[in-house]
Amino acid sequence: MTQDLQLDHNGRLKHFLTIEGLSRRTILEILDTAKSFISVGEREIKKVPLLRGKTIVNLFFESSTRTRTTFEIAAKRLSADVINLNIATSSTAKGETLLDTVRNLEAMHTDLFVVRHKRSGAAHMIAAHVPAHVHIINAGDGSHAHPTQAMLDVFTIREHKGAFEKLKVAIVGDIQHSRVARSQIHALKTLGVAEIRAIAPRTLMPIAVERLGVMPFTDMREGLDSVDVVLMLRLQTERMTGALIPSEQEYFNLYGLTPAKLACAKKDAIVMHPGPMNRGLEIDSAVADGPQSVILPQVTNGIAVRMAIMALILGGSPAESRARRAADA
Amino acid sequence: MSLAIKGGHLIDPANRINGKRDIYINSDGFVAGIGRAPSGFKARRTIDATGQIVCPGLVDLRARLREPGLEHKATLESELKAAVAGGITTLCCPPDTRPVIDTPAMAQMIQSRAWRFGYAFIHPLGALTRNLEGKLLTDMEALDDAGCVAFTNALAPVIDTLVLRRAMEYAASFDLTVFLHCEDPWLKAAGCCHEGEVSTRLGLPGIPEAAETVAIARDLALIDQTRVRAHFCGLSSGRAVQMIAEAQRRGLPVTADVTAHHLHLSEQDVGYFDTQCHVQPPLRSRRDREALRRGLKQGVIGAICSDHQPHEPDAKLAPFSESEPGISGLETLLPLTLQLVGERVLTLVEAVARLTQRPADILGLESGRLSVGATADVCVFDPKERWRLTPDRLISRGHNTPFLRRELEGRVICTIVGGRVVYEADKKVAP
Repeated sequence: MTQDLQLDHNGRLKHFLTIEGLSRRTILEILDTAKSFISVGEREIKKVPLLRGKTIVNLFFESSTRTRTTFEIAAKRLSADVINLNIATSSTAKGETLLDTVRNLEAMHTDLFVVRHKRSGAAHMIAAHVPAHVHIINAGDGSHAHPTQAMLDVFTIREHKGAFEKLKVAIVGDIQHSRVARSQIHALKTLGVAEIRAIAPRTLMPIAVERLGVMPFTDMREGLDSVDVVLMLRLQTERMTGALIPSEQEYFNLYGLTPAKLACAKKDAIVMHPGPMNRGLEIDSAVADGPQSVILPQVTNGIAVRMAIMALILGGSPAESRARRAADA
Repeated sequence: MSLAIKGGHLIDPANRINGKRDIYINSDGFVAGIGRAPSGFKARRTIDATGQIVCPGLVDLRARLREPGLEHKATLESELKAAVAGGITTLCCPPDTRPVIDTPAMAQMIQSRAWRFGYAFIHPLGALTRNLEGKLLTDMEALDDAGCVAFTNALAPVIDTLVLRRAMEYAASFDLTVFLHCEDPWLKAAGCCHEGEVSTRLGLPGIPEAAETVAIARDLALIDQTRVRAHFCGLSSGRAVQMIAEAQRRGLPVTADVTAHHLHLSEQDVGYFDTQCHVQPPLRSRRDREALRRGLKQGVIGAICSDHQPHEPDAKLAPFSESEPGISGLETLLPLTLQLVGERVLTLVEAVARLTQRPADILGLESGRLSVGATADVCVFDPKERWRLTPDRLISRGHNTPFLRRELEGRVICTIVGGRVVYEADKKVAP
């Protein structure tokens, strides 16, 4: 169903809801397109006219500064008109249903919705009920998926490590509640990395996680042994109240990424984090700001990756886009 | 009007009949003869059942009709029509209506309204505790007098074990049956689907199997002590079946049912957030589904029910966890049960027994059998007719079913309640 929902009958991206079910070719096409957009951000005039006249609505039912901002910058660099709506505090509080909110905005001739919602499956539900000319990008749904984040992560890995096939990657932290982790796992698996490891106490590890193709570890040093990439996850501080972990101190001692633990990984291993970071909880500042950290390049890459996805969805085939970009340059 | 049903193959498990028999129904609505007409019997109407199966009208242990209180979802009239279109002639309505069925007046009101429409018989399930709050007992004896066939807290858990113990003791004092839904509210927490492969993949909050088994273990310990007659509603896991089987071996007075959809669907059917598969208890693994089928075959699970829960479309148009659980199941109960015969899980006689005699026995009712002198509730169905379930074929107001657009085998041809033909295929309902 997702495949049908995300791709049109020519196999082109119609919506971007989850990495699950996307082909390796589609993922590489997004990465290649993103690569070509990196230079746009480095120019004096940071704009291409690819999506001129298109209306993009950032529809955030859950507050976010970073992700919303990068989507907004990405859309503006493609010359689209962007509206930001934080619904967390408006319509739904008045009893309007999710679909009513979307239909009202759709009536204003929106071309693309970037949706974030606290419930898993929200973006799928919306995509299944909008008319064919309206497109949806999932900017995070509950604990299910955050596919653009995973795309910028694999983009960053590719920039630093090149080929994926020989890499060992560890994902550390609250896998259970992480939409980022689920999307990373699908992306890494499809790109054919040698090993994906998940490191967390059992309370933060989803049941039957091996079925997703990952190896679970409860001991961080063991799990980090000779990995090439360390993907850290944010720990929501409210996890303490759900009796999932005892204290911040115990968590940091066991699962906080310190220089000593990082030493278990390969010498040239890179460290990533989707942000915002809790320094001293899941990551030591010495690592976050250290030479192996690529956390800030992740943010920069995030804009190019989101431009690529928007362009592929709204701008027609990549060949057309390239032709248009060439003409523009 | 006196009736004769001729040429059909009668399956009446309670009377051990499985063969060609004609049925004669007198003008008072009772069975006057099986196989041969009583002397002087004259049928005003004869129904030709050649090539069809004739069986007692189906008895459904659990169907929510939404009235009173939730008439935007369905009404007694709409759902009772749907019931007879599904061959169901007797059904139990759980007490979680608004207001709750915790007074004799409510119990009588529902029955008298249903009586006025004259389709299927309705038996209310009385609330076990007042307003289903799990604190104070209801007037069970008065509710029993008012027609309640069993007592349950429906899907609202009785958290206080002392209250549950007292409720069981009180019910046992008057030889009343208690219906139990087993789900530990803390282990369930915000869960909305089985905790397993699919909840992990979709990032949905899961309901562990232990939510069911912990609650069953607690309830069995109390049943052991109070010796109340108890019925477990809607088992969902293989371990639950084992626990009930073990309790039955020990001689505890316990029975169990399963919904038709749990016998056919699994967590995998949730696919990508299909809210039509959002049910409570959740659809569990394929292995659990196989164990439920085995438990049904072995008789540990005595009855199959529809657990009918009609909804308006909006109730399912929401992110999975925010959508309302439940399937509209009256009209698929028989075909889904017959599918188990096709899949060699049950024989046709066993399948009919689990829809008629066995549920009637659980309720202590005389229905579910066609003995001479019994009320003539009859279902005539074509076991081979294939048909596609489409919204316009559904009579229930609730079109919320994952079986929509599926091809089903076995179709009700005619339903008779108290000697009156209340449904005939292609003629819709004609009371």
